[in-house]
Amino acid sequence: MNAEKEPLFSSKNLKLLTEPLNDSNPITVQVLGVCSALAVTVKLKPAFVMALSVMVVMAVSNVVISLLRKTVPPRIRIIVQLVVIAAMVILVDQVLKAFVFDISKQLSVFVGLIITNCIIMGRLEAFALSNKPWQSFLDGIGNAAGYGVILLIVAFFRELLGSGTIWGYKVIPESVYDFGYENNGLMILPPMALIVVGAIIWIQRAKNKKLVESN
Amino acid sequence: MMENLVNIFVKSVFIDNMIFAYFLGMCSYLAVSKTVKTSTGLGIAVIFVLGFTVPVAYLIENYLLKEGALVWLSESFHDVDLSFLSFIIFIALIASMVQLVEMIIEKFSPTLYNSLGIFLPLIAVNCAILGGSLFMQERAYNNIAEATAFGLGSGVGWFLAIVGIAAIREKIRYSNVPDPLKGLGITFIITGLMGIAFMGFMGIKL
Repeated sequence: MNAEKEPLFSSKNLKLLTEPLNDSNPITVQVLGVCSALAVTVKLKPAFVMALSVMVVMAVSNVVISLLRKTVPPRIRIIVQLVVIAAMVILVDQVLKAFVFDISKQLSVFVGLIITNCIIMGRLEAFALSNKPWQSFLDGIGNAAGYGVILLIVAFFRELLGSGTIWGYKVIPESVYDFGYENNGLMILPPMALIVVGAIIWIQRAKNKKLVESN
Repeated sequence: MMENLVNIFVKSVFIDNMIFAYFLGMCSYLAVSKTVKTSTGLGIAVIFVLGFTVPVAYLIENYLLKEGALVWLSESFHDVDLSFLSFIIFIALIASMVQLVEMIIEKFSPTLYNSLGIFLPLIAVNCAILGGSLFMQERAYNNIAEATAFGLGSGVGWFLAIVGIAAIREKIRYSNVPDPLKGLGITFIITGLMGIAFMGFMGIKL
């Protein structure tokens, strides 16, 4: 063992884990993986399953690519990455089909679309190809968590305002409905996901001035 | 027959629009939509690739992957189900189709090839293409003509969306957007508003 070996959770490593949650959030800052993020956020439960699937795929493929980084010639790296990701996604898809069939039906094609989710390719290219497996693992978990947080926030508001439930349980009491409150049907429609994400970006950048774009 | 095809086409352009209803291909949509010129190039390339890929994916799905699809080889394959392989096969198909379309365009229309340029290879990782193939699989279209109509329609819908947002973004440069919303934030919100506008097409039937 060499003496300089850094501890598993050194501050540098922890930063890999926490930075994607805010300063370099994959969705609101790096703009990666927006495609599949929005369509699954009508209800909390599918959003959670989706976030978890992305986390598994990302952590494992980051580690695999990081282990292979010295053996894969750069010219064919894209196809190797695609094969690794696709194999992981097939596994996740089969597991979902076996254990939570109705959610896998709700997610429909979006599990398959994890393959072309740019968040995974992006992190493989930007991080796993040039870093050690453990760091890559943390980076994968961190970025997937940053992605999952946005997913859950969007899903929380859309489910609360759109169907008056959270995780399938009714939270808005009947008496409020008696006063004439109604669920906002607009929140269930796809365009509202975009507007909610827009609002999240607005709030985040208002708090964090260095993320503001000049144009 | 013809009406049915037109119906599928119109439906996939306006109602089931790739961007506004399913958010597919958002990454390149957000990244490339700064000017109308480049987004037109990318949009045309997407129409090409979707129009080629979806029918071929339909053939692969129905003659290779679906349960019982291999009967044309031998009766004994009637219970073989390879559909779990579809992700990996479709992604390989898309990568090779992009390459093929690139070569065909280069051969027959060098001017178009030059104007599309770098956008063609980028399309391989555009989720709209894989999404189109997977939707085709899920909706089980009856014949290859329907699949082609769906593919072309989705491509045209994507084209409309990206050219529209690029035009708005070119104009919005001169307006006074709040600082934190500049760039990405306002693009998201505009896309949402365009999506609401497109919802007006809901229920159109020919």
